[in-house]
Amino acid sequence: MNPEHIARSRSERLAIDRAARWPVGVFIGSSIFWLLAGSLLALVASIKLHDPEFIADNPWFTFGRARSAHLNAMAYGWLSSAGIGIGLWLLSRLCRVPIEDHRSLTLSAVFWNFGNLVGVWGIMRGDSTSIEWLEYPAYAAPFLLASFAFVTLAAFNLVRRRAPGHIYISQWYVMAGFIWLPMLYFTAHGLLVLAPVQAPAQPPINWWYAHNALGLWFTPIGLAAAYYLIPKIIGKPIHSYYLSAIGFWSLAFFYAWNGMHHLIGGPFPAFMVTASVVASVMMFIPVITVAINHHMTMKGHFRYLIHSPTLRFVVFGAMSYTLVSIQGSTMAIRVVNEITHFTHYTVGHAHLGVYGFASMVFFGAIYYIMPRLLATEWPSRWLIRLHFWPCAIGIAIYFIGLSVGGWLQGLALNRTDAPFMEIMEATIPYLKSRSIAGILMTIGHLAFGVSFIWMILRRRAATSETGPTLFSLPPQSADST
Amino acid sequence: MNRFHFIIIGSVLTLFSSMVGLVLLPIRGLGNFEAAPDPETGELVPPPLSALEARGRDVYVSMGCMYCHSQQVHPPSVRTDIDRMWGERRTVPRDYMQQGVAQMGTMRTGPDLSNIGVRNPSQDWHLIHLYDPQTTSPGSIMPPYRFLFRTQPIGESGPSPDALRLVDEFAPPKGYEVVPTDDALALVAYLQSLKLSTYEVPEAARARYESKRQ
Repeated sequence: MNPEHIARSRSERLAIDRAARWPVGVFIGSSIFWLLAGSLLALVASIKLHDPEFIADNPWFTFGRARSAHLNAMAYGWLSSAGIGIGLWLLSRLCRVPIEDHRSLTLSAVFWNFGNLVGVWGIMRGDSTSIEWLEYPAYAAPFLLASFAFVTLAAFNLVRRRAPGHIYISQWYVMAGFIWLPMLYFTAHGLLVLAPVQAPAQPPINWWYAHNALGLWFTPIGLAAAYYLIPKIIGKPIHSYYLSAIGFWSLAFFYAWNGMHHLIGGPFPAFMVTASVVASVMMFIPVITVAINHHMTMKGHFRYLIHSPTLRFVVFGAMSYTLVSIQGSTMAIRVVNEITHFTHYTVGHAHLGVYGFASMVFFGAIYYIMPRLLATEWPSRWLIRLHFWPCAIGIAIYFIGLSVGGWLQGLALNRTDAPFMEIMEATIPYLKSRSIAGILMTIGHLAFGVSFIWMILRRRAATSETGPTLFSLPPQSADST
Repeated sequence: MNRFHFIIIGSVLTLFSSMVGLVLLPIRGLGNFEAAPDPETGELVPPPLSALEARGRDVYVSMGCMYCHSQQVHPPSVRTDIDRMWGERRTVPRDYMQQGVAQMGTMRTGPDLSNIGVRNPSQDWHLIHLYDPQTTSPGSIMPPYRFLFRTQPIGESGPSPDALRLVDEFAPPKGYEVVPTDDALALVAYLQSLKLSTYEVPEAARARYESKRQ
């Protein structure tokens, strides 16, 4: 590249980031608010499960509501807001065109947050639908759907105007995710909440939605970010184009058929359940493909994990993705499902996915994106450390505690000589370990929140002297956070 | 790959295929049940929920009981539900047709409630248990639902007929009584109505056969 080329490419990136500043910034900023609100609700729900007298006399915080408020605040407030922001930024960067409709997108971020506020408030005041992952009452949904329609339109607009050339795998994933979520939400919300079908047909639709919200929304955005950030930071192209294509199409094809393994043993036709069990096991293909592709890209560059906060979060997330997906495939197999389903084991699994994978990758992506949007650096490497370690240790305790406790609970439930009360009592130490894990993770999130607000208040320009905020300086200076 | 429409159309089609299999087929196969006459009594089963029971179901939904209590009885080939006396047979889809909102659940932090109306028909027990689960199940981690009850001074004509019989540390201060709100009474009526494994629907005989202990 000649110097003129480099200068042009740099000014192009600056224009893209400037156009993305408001919409992406508002989506990401509000996602951190929801992360903190969701953490507090999580702590309330977790403590209640071993100390039922904790905030017992306020119906707004009864377990069934605090738990659902937590789940939805995290799924739609934190993960989806961050996912929309990250997805839009990736798409804009990779299409190499600035976002045109930044005003309507910023407005849609406001709508999105209003929908979440109304939804969480609705759950806590008693209007929850008690349909898993769709607990928001009917009056919150129009705000979310309208807002997402803007996002999807803006994504189409970016794709339509894209600079000519190769389409990178991250663009596939983001675009697919932006199409899949509204399709899923519109269908499931319509058939379960607005005009409910007869009760026996509701659980299959519920689990088609709930499992796909993870697999066809959080997963594509998480993988898109990992596929973009890992090569960017280590300065080396992705290992194999063909593997990434296989990974995408096999994910699209097999993940869509997951979900019915939640219904094993229940009042449902066997063919449906079996279709999902098969599809879950076939998920080995996309998962192993992505794992090999990421690992081969990283190979020889693991030392960057010492320096780069973004890379450390993203690689933690990518490894969790492999682990949680393989675990998930085994959990769909009948003999395993008979033990793990209906127990805390499933809760541990879910958190390894949405936290160990999706949230950790999103943290990493936000550490990468925000300095570029604001042309300013993260204020303190100590705060980033204080974010990473409590969260990493917290999710490890969480996962191990509930996996062991849940597995024992499942084994005992399947014995005929174990009284139910004793089984429940035996889970309490593991439930307490979950509260400790939750406190750790909340500490990490607070550090993240402080870091974010500090960064906005004190816009210190990154100079060649300060450079990006790294955990420690690498031997030869790296060019990215 | 430089053709975006290929990715977009492919993404829509893959999800649409699963929508046919996992949304449209279930609606067709599981969404059109009709109540069937009981061979002995001739009454249509399962019966519809009464207005009070339906209100109780709404309280159940609003409180999120489903996050700890399932409502599905599995055959012995899968789990030990029959041995745990959670139902005399596995539940079948038609059992749920009158429920309005499926509350089958995915967790068993607490016991299954498909047939709690058979297992524990006592209104008094349910009211006291909801007021504070420690009264009947010491060590339980179920939340107390005291906010579904009112503590009021005992009137001049003596205690209300529906006052809870609470003893020891659970009793209200002297001169006071605890009475259930309409929501509490509705919720208990709903719990008493839960008898999903008892209906003589056409599928019951086969379900009983599958539910024999091995």
